[in-house]
Parts: sequence; C-alpha cells; structure tokens
Amino acid sequence: MNMPLYLILIPFLPLASFIFTLLFGKNLGQKAHWPPIIAVLTSFVCALIALNDVLHGTHINLDLYTWFESENFRASVGFLLDELTAVMLIVVTSVSSLVHIYSVGYMHDDPGYYRFFSYLSLFTFSMLMLVLGNNFLQLYFGWEAVGLSSYLLIGFWYHKKSAADAGKKAFIVNRFGDFGFGLGIIIVYLIFGSIHYETVFAQVGDVVGQNFNFLGFNVDLITLIAILLFCGAVGKSAQIPLHVWLPDAMEGPTPVSALIHAATMVTAGVFLVARCNPIFSLSETALNLVTIIGALTCFFAATIALVQVDIKRVIAYSTVSQLAYMFIACGVGAYGAGIFHLYTHAYFKALLFLGAGSVIHAMSDEQDIRKMGGLKKYLPITYITFLLASLSISGVPGFSGFFSKDEILAMAFASPVGAGKFAWFIGTVVAGMTAFYSFRLFFLTFHGEFRGTEEQKKHLHESPPTMTIPLILLAIGAVAAGWVGIPEILGGSNHWAHFLAGVVGHPHFHLDHSTEWALMFTSVAVGLFGIFLAYVFYLKKPEIPVRLGQAFPTLYQILFNKYYVDEFYSAAIVQPTIRCARNVLTAITDGKIIEGIVNGIPRLIGNFSTILAKLQNGRVQHYAAIMAVGAFILLWIFM
Amino acid sequence: MVQLLFFYFAIAVIGLGIAIVNSKNPVHSVLMMLVLFFHMAGFYLLLNAEFLAAVQVIVYAGAILVLYLFVLFLVTLKEEVKISPFIQKGYWLGFIIAIGMFVTFIKGIQNFTLGPHGEYTIETIQHLTHTKAMGKAIYTTYILPFEIAGLILLIAVIGGIALAKREREGA
Amino acid sequence: MVHLSWYLTVSAILFCIGVFGFLTRRNIIMMLLSIELMLNSVNLNLAAISHYMEDLRGQVLVFFIVAVAAAEAAIGLGIVVTLFRHRKSIHTDQIVSLKG
Repeated sequence: MNMPLYLILIPFLPLASFIFTLLFGKNLGQKAHWPPIIAVLTSFVCALIALNDVLHGTHINLDLYTWFESENFRASVGFLLDELTAVMLIVVTSVSSLVHIYSVGYMHDDPGYYRFFSYLSLFTFSMLMLVLGNNFLQLYFGWEAVGLSSYLLIGFWYHKKSAADAGKKAFIVNRFGDFGFGLGIIIVYLIFGSIHYETVFAQVGDVVGQNFNFLGFNVDLITLIAILLFCGAVGKSAQIPLHVWLPDAMEGPTPVSALIHAATMVTAGVFLVARCNPIFSLSETALNLVTIIGALTCFFAATIALVQVDIKRVIAYSTVSQLAYMFIACGVGAYGAGIFHLYTHAYFKALLFLGAGSVIHAMSDEQDIRKMGGLKKYLPITYITFLLASLSISGVPGFSGFFSKDEILAMAFASPVGAGKFAWFIGTVVAGMTAFYSFRLFFLTFHGEFRGTEEQKKHLHESPPTMTIPLILLAIGAVAAGWVGIPEILGGSNHWAHFLAGVVGHPHFHLDHSTEWALMFTSVAVGLFGIFLAYVFYLKKPEIPVRLGQAFPTLYQILFNKYYVDEFYSAAIVQPTIRCARNVLTAITDGKIIEGIVNGIPRLIGNFSTILAKLQNGRVQHYAAIMAVGAFILLWIFM
Repeated sequence: MVQLLFFYFAIAVIGLGIAIVNSKNPVHSVLMMLVLFFHMAGFYLLLNAEFLAAVQVIVYAGAILVLYLFVLFLVTLKEEVKISPFIQKGYWLGFIIAIGMFVTFIKGIQNFTLGPHGEYTIETIQHLTHTKAMGKAIYTTYILPFEIAGLILLIAVIGGIALAKREREGA
Repeated sequence: MVHLSWYLTVSAILFCIGVFGFLTRRNIIMMLLSIELMLNSVNLNLAAISHYMEDLRGQVLVFFIVAVAAAEAAIGLGIVVTLFRHRKSIHTDQIVSLKG
C-alpha cells in the first residue's frame, strides 16, 4: 500500500507554513496568522481522516524518503500510522489549532507577530514528525526540533533577560536528558542492527537476559536501553531531576505554555515510553524506576504548587505532577491508561493555561494571584471554563480527568510491579493535593474581593472572541473527552483500552469489582476533600493559611523556594562550569596555548626570516663566495 | 729542454699570479698581468699552438690590458695605495674556498682519463701550420660559433658606448 | 716529457689564485682582473687537453673564449665607469645598496 496524501500533508503543511511565514510574514503584518492557521486546521482535518482510517483497521508503516543507507543502517523519513499515532495526531493538531486561533487575540499588538506564528508552525511540524516517525532517528529529530522550537518560543521576548535565560535553561537541561537518549538509540542500533521500530520491536524478545559490559559492570541489556531512553523522557517531560526548566519556561507567552508545556511537547516523553513499550515491558528494573520517579515527581511538584503565587507557576507545577501520573501509569504497565491521561490532560491543562492567559490579559499582564480576586463578574466565560477545567483536574466524577486518573490509580494498585502500591498511595495523596491547589488558584483568582490596583480594575474586560471560543471548545474537551474511556464497572465498555490494545497491549492484571469500587470511592473522596479544604482556607476563613504559614515558616520557605533545587544545581553544576570555562578554558587553553600557537608560528617565521635576511647583505663578493661554496659542494658530489 | 721551459713558465705564471692578487697598486697589477700574458703565450708555443699565442698577445696584452689601464687611470684615487687591498670581512673565507677548490681539482686531476684521440696529430698541425689548421676547423665545423662571436663583439662595442657616454645637457 | 697532469695542475693553481683574488679584493677593477686570470687558466687547460688529445676542438674553444673575454671585459669596465660616475667610489664594501 502506498502513502496516502493526507498523511504526508499532516506534517508538511505546517512546515511549509513555517517557511512561508518566516520569509513573507513581515509583509503580511497583522494578517500573518492566516497561513499557519489554514495549515494547522487542514492538518487537523487530515488527522481526523487518519483516525477514521485507523478505526477501520488501516495500519501504515512506510518510508517516505531514504536519506542514506550504509550497510544495514537506514536513515529515512518514514511514517507509522497506528492507533497510538492517531490519538497523538488528534491531540497535537486540535490543541495546536485552538492555540493558533487564541494567539490571534492574545498576541495582537506584539511586534513579533509573524515570528510567533512561524515558530508555532515550526513546533507543530516538529511534534508531528516526532509522533509520526517509524524509526528512532526521526523520533530524535522531532525531539530536538521541538526542543529548538521550545527554546525559540520561551525566549520569544528575547529582549527580556529572564526570558532569554529561561530559553537557554530549557534547552540545556534537555540536553542532559538527550545525551542518555542518544546513547540509548546508539545501543539499540548496535544490538538490533536497525533503528526502525518494526525491526527492533520484533527482535527485542531475543535479547532478554543478555548482558552489556558497561565500564566493567555487567548490566542487563534491556534494562540499560530502557533506562537510557527514559533519560530523554525525564528531560523532555520535566521529571525529577530535570524538572527545573518547566517553571522557568513560563517566561514565554501563555499560548506557548498551553501548547508546548502542557499539551504536546512535554508529553513526548510519555509517548516515547508508550511507543517503546515492548522494550520497557521486558525490564522489571526499568519499570520500577519509571514508577518511582513518577511517584516522587508527582508528590514533589504538588507540594511546591501548594504555595506558589504566580498563576502560571501553579499550573506549571501542576503539569509536572500530572505528567508524573502518566509515567506512573506507564511504569506499572498500563500504557493505555497513561496515554488516556495524556489525552484528557491535554485538554484541561491547555484550557487552564489559556484561561490564565485570558486573566493575565485582562489584568494588564499581572500574574500574581495575591493581586487578583473577584474576577468572576468581569470574566464570565473565562470563569466558567476555568471552573470546568479545575473540576476535571480534580477528578470530580463525570469529568474526563476523573476517568483517566481513576484508571491510573486502579492500575497502579493492581499492578504486579513492585512499586505499584507505593505509587498508588502517593497518587491518591497527590490527587487530594491537586484538587486543593487547583481550587486554591480558582478561589483566589475569581472569588473574593478584588485586590489589585485601581488602574487594573479599570481595564478589566472579558477577552475577545478569538480567545474565548477556543476556551469554550477546550472546555467541551475537558468535560467530554474522557467519555471514550468509561470503565466497565460504571457501565461503559472502555473503548479506549480496547482501541489501543493493539499497540500497547492490555494489562494482564484485573481487580475484582469491589476493590475497584473502593479505590474509586477513595480517590473521589480525597478529591472532594481537597476542594472543600480549599474552600475553607481561601473563602471562609482566609486567616488559616496565613497562620499555617507562620506556624511552619521553614517548611513554607522550602516549598516556596521549590526545595532550593535551582540553587543547588547552580552551585553544583553551573558555577563550576562557568568557573572552569573562564579560568581554565578561556585563560589557559584559549589564551595561552591556542593563541600561543596562532601567534607564535608567525613570530617564529618572522624570526627565522630575519635570520635568513642577513644572507642578503648587498655585498657582491659575499654572494660570489656562496656561489663558490655551492659549486664546490657540487664538485665533491659528482667527483 | 721542453721540461725546463715548462717549469720556468709555470713558476713565473704562478708567482706573477700571486703577486697580482696581493698587490696594493692596481697599476702594478695590470703591468704584472702583461708579463703573465706573455708567459701564457709561451705556454701556447710549447703546445704547438702558435696562432693562439699570437692571438693571446694581440688581444689580451694589446687590447684588454690597455682598456684596463685607461679605466684605471679614470677611476683610481691617490689614497688607494695606502689602504689594504683586501676586504675586511671575507678574506679568510675566500682563502679557504680557494684552498678547498684546489684540493677538489687535484682530486679530479688524479682521476682524469683522456678521451679518444682525434685526427689532428701534432705532425699534421706542424705540416699545415697551426693557423691554417685552426682556419680549417673554424670555417667549416665551427662557423656558427664564429658568427655568434662576431655578434657578441658587436654587442660589446655598442654596449660599451652606451654605458660610457656622458648625458648631454638638455638633449 | 711533459705530462698532461702538470698542465692541468698549473691551470688549477692559477684558477684558485683567481678565485681568491675575486673573493677578497676591494677594488672592482681588480675583481675583473681576477676574472681574466681565471679565464686564462681555463684557456691553458683547454689548450693542453686539446694538444694531448690530438684534436683541435679545445684550441678552437680557446679562440672563442678570448673573443668573449674581450667583449666581457669591455662591458664590465663600462659598468665600472658608470658606477664610478654615480657613486664616486669603486670599493665593493661601499657599494651595498642592494642590501636586505
């Protein structure tokens, strides 16, 4: 079967729009958004066609173009269309389209208008290439390209130093993860002789139990590969210890945060683990590692989110925490549940961010929630959509977040993987915390009295339709997207799990119904308790959190300062590197050695030529003497 | 008898040569050169080459040395005879090079073998007279070098005039 | 009986004297005179070999060398005259403007 046209259009229309907008966008002025919007909407329609095809059983795995082939290494651009890809395509294109439309309103007067849209197109292209790839090299290409787009978009307002720094931080921290990821791909090629998924996954069963000699230690091969690949996921999806870039990435414009740092790029790590599930499933150690890191990050990020005061930071830490849920799911073997949460999370998290953007826009670029309050009457649409998103993330029954989070917790509890029950416990506690901080944010922003300045109060207005319509559409997704995965015990037939089973397998563990009910009840109760606590703390008795803060000042400081991780990294890694660069590399290697050679060789030549120049002293007899010596030597040679 | 003459000529030539090179007064050197040329002519006579001897005396002694004398009188200053005739810096280098070359030549002479004999034996030359023999050789086999030598002399004449004439004022 | 090698030795000595004179004399005209000495030694060499080889080639060459030496002496002295006119000196250690 050959490559259908819609599949080719999906990534390459945004690429064309990127190039076009970058080159000609300046001339289009305020109309520069049309090419990208048309491109991404067309991609969305094509993604729908792809989904339809996949529902009817089509699977495509073709190389579009082979860049080069050397022995058995084939570097090619290829597309793999299966259920997992179809889901990702829908998520990426739909959220991207809505963010494009939202940006028309949000970035309205920005001087870099066309640049923004061209970068958005670049990002969409990169993410689609990542998702559609049928080999590791294309995955890596998409990986790096989304990293690049992220850097460009985070540092979009490059005149601001904090934004430029944040962009650099994102890229550099990601490099740490990508180093392991690259090594993993190299080992995959060395062992399996190919980097195409089909070949690798077919052979992965043959190398179970083989050991790899790494610096003298014998490591299980599958575990090594899985852990290295996971390194990349840790970097890209902001898990511990490489989570530090995501909160700083909030320096970028809010639509960027919604698209990249909530719905799509950061989920690439989860996608990676789900796509490579044949490898991960064969290594108990790797799965445990994924689960534990997921659980720890989940807890860690949620505790920080409890006390943050910047509206976008709270949502950013919430993203880290929710991504951790997805990793917990993948770690315990329930990849389908992880992708399910990825899908629902994309909608409600993007909605939260875009709603926050609407609030920021109304508040004349104020982001501190201590200065907000009572915005309910000024921003009605934002208020309602934000409420729906918060309900969804808190796991209130009926909303999509409930179904996906519940699935994960149930699978974690039932899983035979060792860390499963630990992860379930953490996950449930964090569910409560999630509800708490989400509603803390909600109440502080929209309820109560307005705490801002008079100047800001005068400008409060609901956002234009280009911004509110995407909010409404996303709200529909936040509520209803999960309805395709309603579990059996509630009457649904869990279409989702069956749909993805072909790619990610079906978890082999089941719970009996009473346990499942009990778990569901626990998580709902915890969530509702969190909401209730937030209500009490921030609406009824606002002096309680203040007194708590004063009673535990150290704890509060630690949480407010994000556990001082950034400071630790700065002291342990950044400062020594800068010192080494300045004192060793610049001063000695560059200054003395290389400059010495570069300046020294001409100096040497100069000195040598000065010596030689003495030979030409203008005396004819001197020259004659030299000629005589030469003739004399020649005579001796020929004699 | 021939050997005696040879030794006389040889010692005279070498002695005169050393004297020429070491002399302070250049005019003395030129006059000693004149005597040296006569002894060279003597050598040629020993070698049965009377034409060459004649040419030597006429051209070298008669023309070239006169030319040298004229130019010497034109350019030599009175103070010349008071200072050392040798350059300060290169004296010993020159000496060593000369000695080295001499040693090399001696080595060469020791390994020297003569080529095949030609047709102009001594009896033939004596019979023809050397001049006629030379004429036979030059005007038949070596006519081209002869013409070129004429051309070279022409160039020398023209060059000499061009180099030595004075610039006319206002020409 | 005079051996050829004696002639060649005399010629060699004369040549070396000429080289020495050329390399060490201060007066340019003496340098040119040393060249004449060297040429004469070569002439002797050629004439002697030609005599012992019973061929006239060497002596013909001597004839031409004499002609060329005359031409060269004329030109050389013409240059010396010009040099004297410009520099007012004919000492080689004072004419070093081609230095460097």
